[in-house]
Amino acid sequence: MFDYETLKIIWWVLMVTLLLGFALTGGFDLGVATLLPWVGRTDDERRVAIGTIHATWEGNQTWLITFGGALFAAWPLVYAAGFSVLYIALIFTLFALFLRPLGFDYRDKLKSPRWRNNWDWGLFVGGAFPALVFGVAIGNLFLGLPFTFNADMRISYQGGFFGLFSPFGVFCGVLGLAMLALHGAAWMHLRTDEIVQSRARRATIVLGLGVAVLFAIGGWWMQYIPGLRVDTIGDLNRALTPFAKTVSAAPGAWLDNMHSMKWVWLAPVAGIAGALLAALGAARRSGWTGLAGSSMAVTGIIVTAGLALFPFVLPSSSSPVSSLTAWDAVSSKKTLGIMLMVVTVMLPIIAVYTAWAYRIMRGTITLAHVRDEDRAAY
Amino acid sequence: MTLPTLDVVDLSRLQFAATALYHFIFVPLTLGLSWILVICETVYVMTGREIYKDMTRFWGKLFGINFALGVATGITMEFQFGTNWAYYSHYVGDIFGVPLAVEALMAFFLEATFVGLFFFGWDRMSKTKHLMVTFLVAFGSNLSALWILVANGWMQHPVGAEFNFETMRMELTSIADVIFNPVAQVKFVHTLAAGYVAASMFVLGISAWYLLKARDTSFALRSFAVAAGFGLASTLSVIVLGDESGYTIGESQKVKMAAIEAEWETQEAPASITLFGIPNQEEQRTDYAIKMPWMLGMIATRSLDGEVMGIRELKEVHRANILEGMQAYGAMQKLRAGDTTPAVRTEFDEHKKNLGYALLLKKYTEHVTDATPAQIQSAVDDSIPRVAPLFFAFRIMVGLGFFFLLMFGAAFYLLVSKKLAPQRWFLKLATWSIPLPFIAIMAGWIVAEYGRQPWTIAGVLPTFLSVSDLSLSQVWFSLIGLVLVYAVLLTIEMWLMLKFIRLGPASLHTGRYHGETPAHGETPARGEDVPAVTPHPALS
Repeated sequence: MFDYETLKIIWWVLMVTLLLGFALTGGFDLGVATLLPWVGRTDDERRVAIGTIHATWEGNQTWLITFGGALFAAWPLVYAAGFSVLYIALIFTLFALFLRPLGFDYRDKLKSPRWRNNWDWGLFVGGAFPALVFGVAIGNLFLGLPFTFNADMRISYQGGFFGLFSPFGVFCGVLGLAMLALHGAAWMHLRTDEIVQSRARRATIVLGLGVAVLFAIGGWWMQYIPGLRVDTIGDLNRALTPFAKTVSAAPGAWLDNMHSMKWVWLAPVAGIAGALLAALGAARRSGWTGLAGSSMAVTGIIVTAGLALFPFVLPSSSSPVSSLTAWDAVSSKKTLGIMLMVVTVMLPIIAVYTAWAYRIMRGTITLAHVRDEDRAAY
Repeated sequence: MTLPTLDVVDLSRLQFAATALYHFIFVPLTLGLSWILVICETVYVMTGREIYKDMTRFWGKLFGINFALGVATGITMEFQFGTNWAYYSHYVGDIFGVPLAVEALMAFFLEATFVGLFFFGWDRMSKTKHLMVTFLVAFGSNLSALWILVANGWMQHPVGAEFNFETMRMELTSIADVIFNPVAQVKFVHTLAAGYVAASMFVLGISAWYLLKARDTSFALRSFAVAAGFGLASTLSVIVLGDESGYTIGESQKVKMAAIEAEWETQEAPASITLFGIPNQEEQRTDYAIKMPWMLGMIATRSLDGEVMGIRELKEVHRANILEGMQAYGAMQKLRAGDTTPAVRTEFDEHKKNLGYALLLKKYTEHVTDATPAQIQSAVDDSIPRVAPLFFAFRIMVGLGFFFLLMFGAAFYLLVSKKLAPQRWFLKLATWSIPLPFIAIMAGWIVAEYGRQPWTIAGVLPTFLSVSDLSLSQVWFSLIGLVLVYAVLLTIEMWLMLKFIRLGPASLHTGRYHGETPAHGETPARGEDVPAVTPHPALS
């Protein structure tokens, strides 16, 4: 079917696609939860906001689960090194993610205001913290993570948890949080009414402009960050370990792909244009334009990060040669081929029934309806 | 580089065991309860009687409270291989990652997408469509278990893969072998049936409690009937298919079988089975053993002349495997150093199936090939798990299994012969039995996973090599954090669960149930309870 090198490229595309799947759908949930304290001042208002996501968040989260599973199957070295080097950060993220299923399922089961307020704070943490950590993690990819492979392929780690929060890491965390909050705001602007909608609209405008500015600053910052480039590498059509390449570091090397391939510029342009479009859509009270803009922004920003790093997927700061790339972090040819078949069959099916689920749950969540429902439902 | 200290290994194992067992409180209930929802809703769609919709919705509420924690604790499981078992993830990700990824794509997506529609879609689609949604939730969660157990079955019996010295890992050779792994197939049906038993006992016990309190009797009797029927069928399967799993263990996991049976030495066929005793690992014998002739040989080999290998003989096999593995390891070092002459390749290929056994020596010597006879003896001794925990866990599981058979058999009989009402002791027993299937399931997990030691992948990768090279403080932090957070979550879950069990179907606010005054002009539907006043005919 495909040769090994082509499969490696296809799997790079698929991993970015799965991550986008999570950011674009799970982004609603993380974003709405992040904005919950601002868009919903009363219980009814918060129930409107939550009502836009509570029937679909679980399917959305499955993109993250699938991303993790696919990482394990297709890029086992990235799964092994990435998850263990980010140990403490991921444990904290887990704690935050626990709050989501419980918050969504339990908050409305009782009427007590204290019960509901506590879960609302839980949902806020469960949305904002992972969004922040995902951004910090991606930022740290550009700086490199402190891990080293030995000849037996055992991994050792040199850094700690707080090392992740360098200025650039924190900056990317804020960008990630703002980006997902923008997506959630645009979603709420489309799906709610009255006061919740007008707050979501304002948030979309502010965040849209903010994301465009932050992302532009990130691009400017990039030229001063020491990037990596692959100088030599073995036959891409063969199974490679990280040691089959030589790597050098140079400031601004993460912009190499932008210089060598002009079409790569499409991604950052889409990122900025999308964020501005989201703000414009909200300003003109068009929910769909806002959502199209935020989706474009999320896609553009994530694809920019992926393309800038390419072929690297998990750079190492302590041992550049240990850095993992799309060429040497992968599974065997056989596994990549089988997984490609599974994904090719399953992703369209998933897309169809997910679309059906969204269709069933479509429509505006009105404040009036939520007030009325409270009597009957619980 | 030095290997991780044993403390990190022990703590990582403890964390994995704690989080897996904790996750597995919620999963069995999801697996079984989802089908009970399908049964109730099917009856509702076919007969149009509201009470079956109420049953679907009420048990669905409890399903949801449980499901939330199942989802939360499931994320930990997926992260944990990478966070705590990095070398394992590298070494076998090429095979083990596949079923996990397929599980997400084929099963979990289905379950997670439709579970939202189950709860929020009642008024947004036709009855038949909603039933289809409920069915897909059940189908998705059960299919999910299939792929997880394909992954787990491969850890017990790693087929369809071989070692690649260039990438220093196991690589897939046949996906069909991995999927149709007999150990995985048997585990799948046994585990599913066990989940169904747990869910049936849950519904049976709660319904029995309503019957004891003479409240919502019509609702409770119908639920009791569904649980008794489903539970009886499931218990029969769990026992019959449990025997099947005994059989395959005899084929591919001789060590586990020997440990479960405390079979220190091979007996002459047909071997007798030890019903009870106190295993004594130091002296390699079982004190106070009560034995039953012939049974072990018949269960394990399905014959009167097949032998079940004892621990002493297994150790000799392992010694030979270790010696052969040392040859493979030596050849591998030459290959990796660049000496890829055909002779070295042939030597490696001939012996590589036992490479994993040589890795047991890594605990004692970094270079493996220079192991002393004493070090080899230590590795041989390591190759057998501790017998006592397996011996007892297995007996707890099997004993409870037969108890469940009696319980569901009696429930079914008492229900059909309309003798349930006077048997208050039975109703009480049913309520108190709710936790027992979970204990049986945990005992079964211990047999399967503790029994796999000292390996993460049987015969391929020792547990102590599998861990991430984390610092002790990192693992202490996560272990304590997870235990504390989980304790809080479980407390909240149990509290909410008990609250809704006490509220009963009245929590649906239909105005038809215990303690409710018919509101909004609603009258009790025909054949439904008038709350807690007249006992149901079957009870009087």
